[in-house]
Amino acid sequence: MDPTIAAASVLAAALAVGLGAIGPGIGQGNAAGQAVEGIARQPEAEGKIRGTLLLSLAFMEALTIYGLVVALVLLFANPFAS
Amino acid sequence: MQNSVAMFDLFSSIPFAPLAELEVGQHFYWHIGNFKVHGQVFLASWVVLGLLIVTCILATRNIQRVPSGLQNFMEYALEFIRDLTKTQVGEKEYRAWVPLIGTLFLFIFMSNWGGALIPWKLVELPSGELAAPTNDINTTVALALITSVAYFYAGLSRKGLGYFADYAQPTPIMVPFKIIEDFTKPLSLSFRLFGNILADELVVAVLVFLVPLFVPIPLMILGLFTSAIQALIFATLAASYIGEAMEDHHGEHHD
Repeated sequence: MDPTIAAASVLAAALAVGLGAIGPGIGQGNAAGQAVEGIARQPEAEGKIRGTLLLSLAFMEALTIYGLVVALVLLFANPFAS
Repeated sequence: MQNSVAMFDLFSSIPFAPLAELEVGQHFYWHIGNFKVHGQVFLASWVVLGLLIVTCILATRNIQRVPSGLQNFMEYALEFIRDLTKTQVGEKEYRAWVPLIGTLFLFIFMSNWGGALIPWKLVELPSGELAAPTNDINTTVALALITSVAYFYAGLSRKGLGYFADYAQPTPIMVPFKIIEDFTKPLSLSFRLFGNILADELVVAVLVFLVPLFVPIPLMILGLFTSAIQALIFATLAASYIGEAMEDHHGEHHD
C-alpha cells in the first residue's frame, strides 16, 4: 500500500474515534448528572430512571461506535488500499 | 488488506498470547452458486438457532399449569418481550408483532452472549474464526432490513398508500427528511449493533493480548452487559418504528 494512504488512514482512524468520543462524552455526562439529580430528588423513581438512563446512554454510545466502525474500516478493510 | 495481515502477524507472533489472535476481515468462505458467503457466520448462527430451538422445545414439552424451572424462565422471557412490544407498539395492535420482536431480541441476545460465552476458539476453521454472528455486518444489515420491511408492511397494511401521505404530516417540508430517515434507520440499526459487538470483542482481544490473565474479566462482564443492552435496544427500536408507522396522525390524540 502507498505509505501516504497508510499514514492518512491511520490518522483518519484515530481522529474518527477521538473526535467522535467528544460529543457522546459530554452528552453521557449530562444525562448521568441529570439522572443522579433526579434520583436525589425522588429516590423512589430510581428504577425507572436507571432503565431510561441506560437506554439513552447506549444510544449516545452508538455515536462513538459509528466513528469506531469508520476507523475499523480504514484499518482492516481499507477501500483505498488496492 | 496488506496492513491488516501485518497486524494479525503482530498479534499471533507472540507465543504467550495464543488466545489474542485478531482476525477482523478474514472469513471462512463458502461458494454457493455465484455467491461467496461467510461460512463462520452461518455455523455460529446455526448453533445459536439450535440453542434457542432446543431450549424452547424443552421448555414447552411438558407444560404445567403452575410453571417451574425452565418453563417458568421462558414464561418470564415471553412476558418481558410482550411488555416491551406493548409499550412501543401500543395496547391495541401489539399482539401480532410479538413474534417478530421476540425473534429479533432472542436471536440478537443469544448471538451476542453466545459469541462471548461459548468457547468458539476450540473449533479450528481453515481461515477466519467463529464468533458472535452479529459481529459480521451482513447479519446486522439483514436484521435491520427485516425491520425496515416490517415497518413498511405495518404502515401500508394499516393505512394503505395513505401511509406515504403521513410523510408530509406536520408540514410538506418534512418529506425529504422522512425519506432520508427511511434509509438512515436501517443504517444506524445495523451499524450500532455491528459496531458495539465488534468493539466488545476487539477490546477484550486487545486486553488479552496485553495482559492474558484476570485483567480482561471486568471488561468481559461489561461486554456482556452492553451486548444485552444492544439486543434490548434493537428490539425496542424495531418495535417503536413499527408503532410509529401504525400511529394515527389524523385521529384524536392519545398517549
